[in-house]
Amino acid sequence: MATTYFTTDHEWLRVEGGIATVGITDYAQEQLGDLVFVELPEKGKKLSKGDTAVVVESVKAASDVYAPVDGEITEANGSLSSDPSLVNSAATGNGWLWKMKLADESQLAGLMDEAAYKAHIA
Amino acid sequence: MTGDDTKHLPLEDMHIAAGARFGAFAGWSMPLTYPAGVMKEHLHTREQAGLFDISHMKLFELSGPGSAALLNRACPLDAGALEISQSKLTFFLNEAAGILDDLIVTRLGDTRFMVVANAGNAVADEKHLRSLAGDFDVKVDALDGVFLAIQGPEAWAVLSRAGIETGSLLFMHGIEPRKNWFMSRSGYTGEDGFEIGLPEADARDLVAKLLEDERVLWIGLAARDSLRLEAGLCLHGQDITPETDPAGAALMWAIPKEIRASGAFIGADALRAAVERGPAQKRVGLKPEGRQPVRAGVALFDADGNAAGHVTSGGFGPSAGHPVAMGYVATPLAKPGTRVFADVRGTKIPVDVSSLPFTPHRYRKG
Repeated sequence: MATTYFTTDHEWLRVEGGIATVGITDYAQEQLGDLVFVELPEKGKKLSKGDTAVVVESVKAASDVYAPVDGEITEANGSLSSDPSLVNSAATGNGWLWKMKLADESQLAGLMDEAAYKAHIA
Repeated sequence: MTGDDTKHLPLEDMHIAAGARFGAFAGWSMPLTYPAGVMKEHLHTREQAGLFDISHMKLFELSGPGSAALLNRACPLDAGALEISQSKLTFFLNEAAGILDDLIVTRLGDTRFMVVANAGNAVADEKHLRSLAGDFDVKVDALDGVFLAIQGPEAWAVLSRAGIETGSLLFMHGIEPRKNWFMSRSGYTGEDGFEIGLPEADARDLVAKLLEDERVLWIGLAARDSLRLEAGLCLHGQDITPETDPAGAALMWAIPKEIRASGAFIGADALRAAVERGPAQKRVGLKPEGRQPVRAGVALFDADGNAAGHVTSGGFGPSAGHPVAMGYVATPLAKPGTRVFADVRGTKIPVDVSSLPFTPHRYRKG
């Protein structure tokens, strides 16, 4: 059973079997506007919490998306190379950004659940 | 330029009602996008008609027997040679020929002119004009009110439906169609369009009429920026600054030949010297390879890794369908087709020097 967590930087993580699928929230994609390019990470890259994992570019600006926890990239969402607008149309579905193997599952305890995130953006 | 948003547009309530998202620009709280989003707003302007609130820009009316002489001193311009209703792009230069602002000057009458200045420089421009005006018999009035731009192939038709006929007005001409109105066929998107300065009550009425037309959409500052960049038009403070002169900025076309030779405008000697020695760097269009935008501030290198210039504006061009940028490169590299490399977060992205504009201008010249 997957559990979804949220960060104050407007990312979501769906964790299943020690692997987190990470994306930005619907609120975040709406703030960014139409995305035209996503700079994806390489498989095997090790990230510490707070490192820039992905850069998403809208017509107007580039924005960093940070690693919400420590871990290693296992996959990047290749569909975004040809269709970055998936992040706008399906931020929490097909518009996911990367998957990472968690280095320290205890870090998840510091993240928000959906109710807390909804209160955060309210 | 950004960060401070102390000034509010007179029509702010209409933008709020339209669902605008606001941001700080040049001291103003400005609508950046509306619910349609920047991509749709941009494309809509090229296909139909975009309505922009540009009341952050400043209109000055100069009147009196010395008004042409004042303009000839302040700008590399022969103001007296303009026909009545003719508009011209010109500049305020400093003594070093650096561009203090770019302006549109329109001749309204024998001794009356309208000057449209950029928001970011409005206060400095007014001070500059007033201090120069002391030497001439001229009155400088800064106008209050609303300033709207209606841009796109349907702009003339939606104005006509709203009761404003534009038929005989051609690109780069301006008139006073009603009391306290100023309307020019000009704009900053590369499309046919109009800029209209008018009192707030009239503006509310006009906006309401225009928005009844399904061809009209409010367009925010974000799309205004991508539209003007695709059209190869400079943004003061970015593509042109007090550190760049009209020669390096490839804007000498805006300066009449005889004025280059003998004009007595501020910065004339420095500009002549700059033209004589040739600019070290020139403003060019830049077309990045692939989909990744290359943005303002990014450094450019030649094939051997030597510094070659920098990007001054960059983003994605929704109509062009690829990233578009503008910047300065060393003069020997300024030929279209020359390949340079942009350093984006450590990755060298190939970029071709390109002719401007990226999307063809569709002005109504006659």
